[in-house]
Amino acid sequence: MTALGQLLANRKALVGLCILALFGGLALIGPLLVGDPSDFVAVPLLPPSAAHWFGTTGQGQDVFAQTVAGARGTLAVAFLVGLTVLLLGALVGTVAGYFGGWIDEGLGLLVNLFLLIPGLPLAVVIAAYLPAGPGTITLVLVVTGWAWTARVIRASALSLRQADFVSAAMVSGESHLRVILFEILPNMLPLLASSFIAAVTYAIGAEVGLEFLGLGDLERVSWGTNLYWASNDVALPSGSWWTFVPTGVAIALVGFALALLNNGLDQFGNPQLDPERAFLRATGRKRLQLSAATPVLRKSQSHG
Amino acid sequence: MRFLLRRLGFYLVAAWASITLAFFIPRLMPGDPASAMFARFRGRLSPEAIVALRRAFGFSEAPLWKQYAQYLAHAARGDLGISISYYPATVGSVIGQALIWTVLLSGVAVLISFVLGTALGMLGAWKRGGWLDSYLPPVLTLLGAFPYFWLAMAALFIFGFGLGWSPLRQAYDDRLVPSLSWAFLASVVQHAVLPGATIVIATAGGWMLSMRSTMINVLSQDYVLFAHAKGLSSRRIMLQYAARNALLPNVAGFGMALGFVLSGSLLTEIVFSYPGQGYLLFRAVKSLDYPLIQGLFLTTTLAVLGANWLVDVVALWLDPRSRS
Repeated sequence: MTALGQLLANRKALVGLCILALFGGLALIGPLLVGDPSDFVAVPLLPPSAAHWFGTTGQGQDVFAQTVAGARGTLAVAFLVGLTVLLLGALVGTVAGYFGGWIDEGLGLLVNLFLLIPGLPLAVVIAAYLPAGPGTITLVLVVTGWAWTARVIRASALSLRQADFVSAAMVSGESHLRVILFEILPNMLPLLASSFIAAVTYAIGAEVGLEFLGLGDLERVSWGTNLYWASNDVALPSGSWWTFVPTGVAIALVGFALALLNNGLDQFGNPQLDPERAFLRATGRKRLQLSAATPVLRKSQSHG
Repeated sequence: MRFLLRRLGFYLVAAWASITLAFFIPRLMPGDPASAMFARFRGRLSPEAIVALRRAFGFSEAPLWKQYAQYLAHAARGDLGISISYYPATVGSVIGQALIWTVLLSGVAVLISFVLGTALGMLGAWKRGGWLDSYLPPVLTLLGAFPYFWLAMAALFIFGFGLGWSPLRQAYDDRLVPSLSWAFLASVVQHAVLPGATIVIATAGGWMLSMRSTMINVLSQDYVLFAHAKGLSSRRIMLQYAARNALLPNVAGFGMALGFVLSGSLLTEIVFSYPGQGYLLFRAVKSLDYPLIQGLFLTTTLAVLGANWLVDVVALWLDPRSRS
């Protein structure tokens, strides 16, 4: 079985991938199908109907069109942020873990600083000075999000650095760059994949949060701006749940799918993680007796 | 003790770094944000106030290092300038009023969520495959996938507007005068329950999952098996042998995650118009109140650093190895 086949055999990963494929497709071709989401098509705050599946917003735009078009706006930024965070984190993490010494000390201090500083206020400080838009959001999210990835990858690089095959490569005279690129990084593939997923998850949440704060380009349709308008128009007091429920459910579905995929990847990349389930499946038993020890008791004692 | 001092040193470096970041960020930006910022003040502040504000931020003709020294001196005195949107109040006093609400709401909610999530994770791992272990984690993972503030919107919609069980905004009934009376305290609690509950629901899943996985790890250790063999009560094994050891990495993770959780709860405040740091941040972004944004960044960061130091103290108390 190929690696992909094995991954697809994991039910969690399969479900996650299917949901992601659905939203990915929506982001790619959806906006072509629904027309301009900013058009004023009907009376404001119409409940869902055959003409407008998800109803209309407080300004009379079609909520379904906005949800579909928002997928592109949000997922494109999240994907870009995830990729950049991964590259930056891998660079800092491997350099720190591989070279060690004062390089590691310095980079480690930087990473710990960025981990401690709360992301949202820092993001707001930076974004407030820049023109609102996807570029600003991307930059800000990379600045506030790279440290976690760097930390995880550094720990892994540090342990790989001590592996025999890395020492062998170094003794045989390979350059540092080659050792990092061809010995260390390929052995971290599962970690890189899960870091990427974690970074994308973070990016979606933080992007939506920043846009909800009003730091996004309010002319641009995305899931965050949808929620911004939903909360700033009279959606809640007027009982128009349809203005914010579809977008929230879409965000949660994508987040949940990413979590499922990550979980599946984990089990796939690390079979030791759940040895009990593998044991139960192999033996066909329903439960595993966890405590294999027989208590040795005097008669006066009772087992509680 | 040496450990705590070393950590304290690190937090001081972190505090200095964030103050420095706040100084350099406006100066690194393209264009001239300083002038743009002061242009916004024109007509709203007196010229003397603008000069004072420029000095507080260190924007002057002086060379950069002098500006920086000036800014540091002001920051050390707690002088963060004057707020534009709350003119003529100083940033310090505006934030001071809001900080207490955030500490109250987020602090209590985060603590409840951590204790609750950790307890659930402990019980889930102890009774593996039980209903708690099978049904709760997926539900909490799904809930955790929603943005905090979206859960807050849904909760406000259902329990506030729909059922009328909860007040809709603010931290207390504005017909009451803040005092230590029962009526006022009851009103504060009443207003905090719904936002607090959404923060707990959004975050408890994370604590539960991490506690569950460390706990499972610890349960397979030989000393747990030995404790079983000795015939200790399962309650004692669970709490004093397994949970106490499993708690350590979780407490360390708690400090790490604090900034992230706080960011989420700031957004929750906006939904409930809860007069804390988050709501202030929202107002500041709307009116591009740069001094206030910077002040909020600094106070939030310092609060997180302080909380992390407390977490270090707790971790030290939990782990005798690090005390020697």
